[in-house]
Amino acid sequence: MTTCLNVPELAEMAKRIRRKTMEIIHKTGSPHIGSSFSIIEILTVLYFRILSIKSDDRENTDRDRFILSKGHACAALYVTLFFRGLMMQESLDGFAVDQGCLEHHPTKNLSSGIELSTGSLGHGLPVACGMAFSAQYDHSPARIFTLIGDGELNEGSNWEAMLFAAHWKLDNLVAIIDYNRIQALGRTEEILDLDPLPDKWRSFGWEVAVVDGHDIDELLKVFENIPIHAQRPTVIIANTIKGKGVCFMENDLLWHYRCPDDEEYAKATCELNES
Amino acid sequence: MRNVLVKILRDRALLDKNVFILTSDLGFKLFDSFREACPRQFINLGIAEQNMVGVAAGMSLSGKNVYCYTMVPFLTMRALEFIRIDICYHKLNVKLVGVGGGVYYGFEGVTHHGVEDLSIMRTLPGMTIIAPGDPIEAAALIEQSLDYPLPLYIRLGGNNDPVIHQSAKQISIGKGAIVHKGRDLTLMATGSMLPVAVEVAGILREKRYDPSVISLHTVKPLDEALIRQYASHSKAVFTIEEHSLIGGLGTAVSETLFEAGYHGIFKKFGLSDEYGKVVGCNTFIRNAHGLNPGYISSEIHRVLENDRKKNGI
Repeated sequence: MTTCLNVPELAEMAKRIRRKTMEIIHKTGSPHIGSSFSIIEILTVLYFRILSIKSDDRENTDRDRFILSKGHACAALYVTLFFRGLMMQESLDGFAVDQGCLEHHPTKNLSSGIELSTGSLGHGLPVACGMAFSAQYDHSPARIFTLIGDGELNEGSNWEAMLFAAHWKLDNLVAIIDYNRIQALGRTEEILDLDPLPDKWRSFGWEVAVVDGHDIDELLKVFENIPIHAQRPTVIIANTIKGKGVCFMENDLLWHYRCPDDEEYAKATCELNES
Repeated sequence: MRNVLVKILRDRALLDKNVFILTSDLGFKLFDSFREACPRQFINLGIAEQNMVGVAAGMSLSGKNVYCYTMVPFLTMRALEFIRIDICYHKLNVKLVGVGGGVYYGFEGVTHHGVEDLSIMRTLPGMTIIAPGDPIEAAALIEQSLDYPLPLYIRLGGNNDPVIHQSAKQISIGKGAIVHKGRDLTLMATGSMLPVAVEVAGILREKRYDPSVISLHTVKPLDEALIRQYASHSKAVFTIEEHSLIGGLGTAVSETLFEAGYHGIFKKFGLSDEYGKVVGCNTFIRNAHGLNPGYISSEIHRVLENDRKKNGI
């Protein structure tokens, strides 16, 4: 399978990933469809245009790494890895079933393309820093990408890691914030306000790009120009919509937890097919 | 022991550019020789233990051989969940070096004491725990740690520890070391309590007992075969550790003994289950908890005498 899709192909792939993600979530009664839908375009652009990973050489030390720090959105990652040819059908079929192999949070398994076990929040960035430091030390071209939830930024370990990354000038490190503004019990600004988020990262010594996280052109433009600034880590603050793609799921906290029933599934399928 | 650590790591780091020491801003002057020899292989991450352990995991996943160094409580408790997930769940070969096990940092107070760490680390699947009892053990075990493939917690005391062993021949991760072979009792100690156990044995010999002394420098996995072997010809087994009486060496040994059907006398010596019993230096606090040769030997004598009277001998 080609790993370098053009923009219309990327848009089509994002649709396929979104439909398939809903399918496996619905089939297994799993949660976190809203969190999964908000990162689909980001995953699509990364895996089908940006990341240098070969399915026949997946342990190459110079490969790019992607860490899904917000591990609860893993259904979207599993499906993306499947379409990218990094995960087998049998593995995807083992999602959230007894005697299966994939849980509601990812477990490291390079033979399925999963670089790190995540689920507890605030782990992705520190580990990514260690990988980026090593790559820099080894003069490896590897780049390390980690996708972090906005609510996840409440965890202090991120801010420790932010200081570290800037101090060591890790310009091979890219943090992506899924800024859908909804966390487990409500809106981020009501629970623990993050704004002004770009200023916070900038003041920590990071180069900041703010993009529409569902706009493939915008995502491509920023991802293709990393590092934005030599000797500085990059953060991409992606403004996203929780539940993106299905009108009755969008921006609704309920879909952090709820799995669509058969009627909702049919309705959502129609909408995703028409879009 | 700390100097032993730095020397061994420096010698290897000079040959292997993948050996790293990480610290969360601890170890004033301690690492000077390492930093001078291998400046790029030393990282001070600042006072940020969670990030240190996460970074260590990322480096290990990228082929680095990483030692994380800081005080016991900040390493094993502040960063516990990072050890659990990033290191143990991923089965990484990161070495976690905790300094100041027990109440080593006496006057620094409870915040700086490490009295629950063995218990906490023992419950982590896949974690190996070592607590060297003298410089010979420290040198041998740290040398072996360099090529150890799994998560490893190294609990260190200070720098002025007496030498107990005559050679490093029998010192190996996972194996208990026999310091003295006796006939009727067995004293099992770990880490800083090894010299104390040797002194206890000396006092008991004057009272016509003939105790064995075993160093259980590896608290996990425990050398169960050796424990069973010595228990089988001992009428009493005693454990001594500078750690809470809950969940550490004594608990581990008792589990092994009970499952092996041991029916003899058993008693643990350690720190009682309370914070801040007294203010004082390391020795003063140990004394307040009865962790000294005089108290332990008299307590052992009392227990054995009571048993003798009970059985009408």
